[in-house]
Amino acid sequence: MAVINKDVIIVGGGAGGLAAAVELRKQGIEDILIIEREKELGGILRQCIHDGFGLTRFKETLSGPEYAQRFIDEVDKLGIDYLTDTTVLEITSDKRITSVSKDGLNEYQAKAIVLTMGCRERTRGALSIPGSRPTGIYTAGVAQMYVNLKNTMVGRDVMILGSGDIGLIMARRLTLEGANVHAVFARGDTPRGLPRNVEQCLNDYNIPLYLSHNVTQIHGKNRLEGITISEVGKDNAPIPGTEKYYPCDTLILSVGLIPENELSLKAGVTLDNRTKGAYVDENYQTNVEGIFAAGNVLHVHDLVDFVSIEAEKLADAVVEYVKNNSLPECPIVVETDKMINYTIPQKISGNRDVSLSFRVKKNVKNVTLQVLQDGETIYKKKLKKAITSEMEQIRLKKDLFKSRSNIKVVITV
Amino acid sequence: MIREFTCIICPNGCDLVATIEDNKIISIEGTLCDKGNKYAEQEIIDPQRTISSLVVVNNGEIPLASVRLSKPISKDRIFDVMNEIKKIKLDAPVTIGTVVKENILGLDSDLIATKNVKERL
Repeated sequence: MAVINKDVIIVGGGAGGLAAAVELRKQGIEDILIIEREKELGGILRQCIHDGFGLTRFKETLSGPEYAQRFIDEVDKLGIDYLTDTTVLEITSDKRITSVSKDGLNEYQAKAIVLTMGCRERTRGALSIPGSRPTGIYTAGVAQMYVNLKNTMVGRDVMILGSGDIGLIMARRLTLEGANVHAVFARGDTPRGLPRNVEQCLNDYNIPLYLSHNVTQIHGKNRLEGITISEVGKDNAPIPGTEKYYPCDTLILSVGLIPENELSLKAGVTLDNRTKGAYVDENYQTNVEGIFAAGNVLHVHDLVDFVSIEAEKLADAVVEYVKNNSLPECPIVVETDKMINYTIPQKISGNRDVSLSFRVKKNVKNVTLQVLQDGETIYKKKLKKAITSEMEQIRLKKDLFKSRSNIKVVITV
Repeated sequence: MIREFTCIICPNGCDLVATIEDNKIISIEGTLCDKGNKYAEQEIIDPQRTISSLVVVNNGEIPLASVRLSKPISKDRIFDVMNEIKKIKLDAPVTIGTVVKENILGLDSDLIATKNVKERL
């Protein structure tokens, strides 16, 4: 099989991959290929028909398909090559890619690879909910795909487990389509989705949200007939005696997203257990030289705008890498205290300005965020509130770094 | 009277606390921008929302085109508008931005397509 050479191959044509491709081309990289496994570019945005996208990136509110089309139009205008209906089977650490489509296998050699595969949803299996295995149980994204792309209604009497944004959005969507969405149950004591979605998707339609609850039994033989709900304690364990039975024919699970990194692992990319995405430096380069990652495959974002912006920043570094065949060393590790869930990037050079994205572990109010190096505070910012469902970003100027010692991000009350 | 709102205008989702007398806001706290004040004012008089949905497309590469309202409408007319949307059928091709229904139900808001749907060949 003849190997096809490319400067940059982008794996995944969703929000991240499209933004990276457009930016790479604008900065002079000619030989780009996007490989997308679905029939169309756009990724998950194709089925996110609600609006609210683009407020940061385009300063207006767009639906998902409109947001994606802005980038697809650019890809077309700039003549960037892409393959759809084509699945990447393997990526190697020496940057070879094997893909398959109806036309057969192809093998590529890239100078740089951009990983933008996005996320998968956590399923019932990951939650170990006891009971039978009837139809009528969907992850929120799958239900969204049926309703918004296939014109297929998923059910009439709906319960939702999990307060992630897609679950909230689907509560509203199914209500508008005539289903009875009876309630949303969530294991945590705070909603995981954005507050605006709790307001406009649940409160607007009088759909109750029960926090600290979990589904503890599935009932039904062929079709789902009902679920048992229990209150859960602080340890997430069900509290005996609190079981309640609710009849329903549909259960939607909105219980988290997992970056889809099987291909990355095969290529030797090391993952961060906190994000389930790659460890990256400020160039969005993974531990494997020449392999970069951005968007939801790197860490779960709450806004697509930040996915695009991150992928565009990645493109800056990929351009530099393709031109110089190397990037500056990033010896400074970004450490975190127990209040911070993770940071992106995890390593920095200290020679350049850097944007640090992070999430807090629990909701906090009126706290101080500090960045420490060699025992001294090099950056300080007051946060009125920081919540787990919102990614925070700070910008650190290069002259803040006094040495090449590790830095630590801490939150103090 | 004190009323609390979660602003839905942007992802910040500000928690607003408004002091209200005779349907007028006397003071408001918690807004990061002026949009929050306007949102709270509107919520008191007549809560408004934009909605998104889908319309069936004949002879399209995919069976549905997504649509949304160009301007928010009264919250209590949402289901009337949904019923109106369900009556509509389009023929492919459909282009983003096409006005699918002008001034829907006389609510001063247009229904516009938000997805390109090519014709099935």
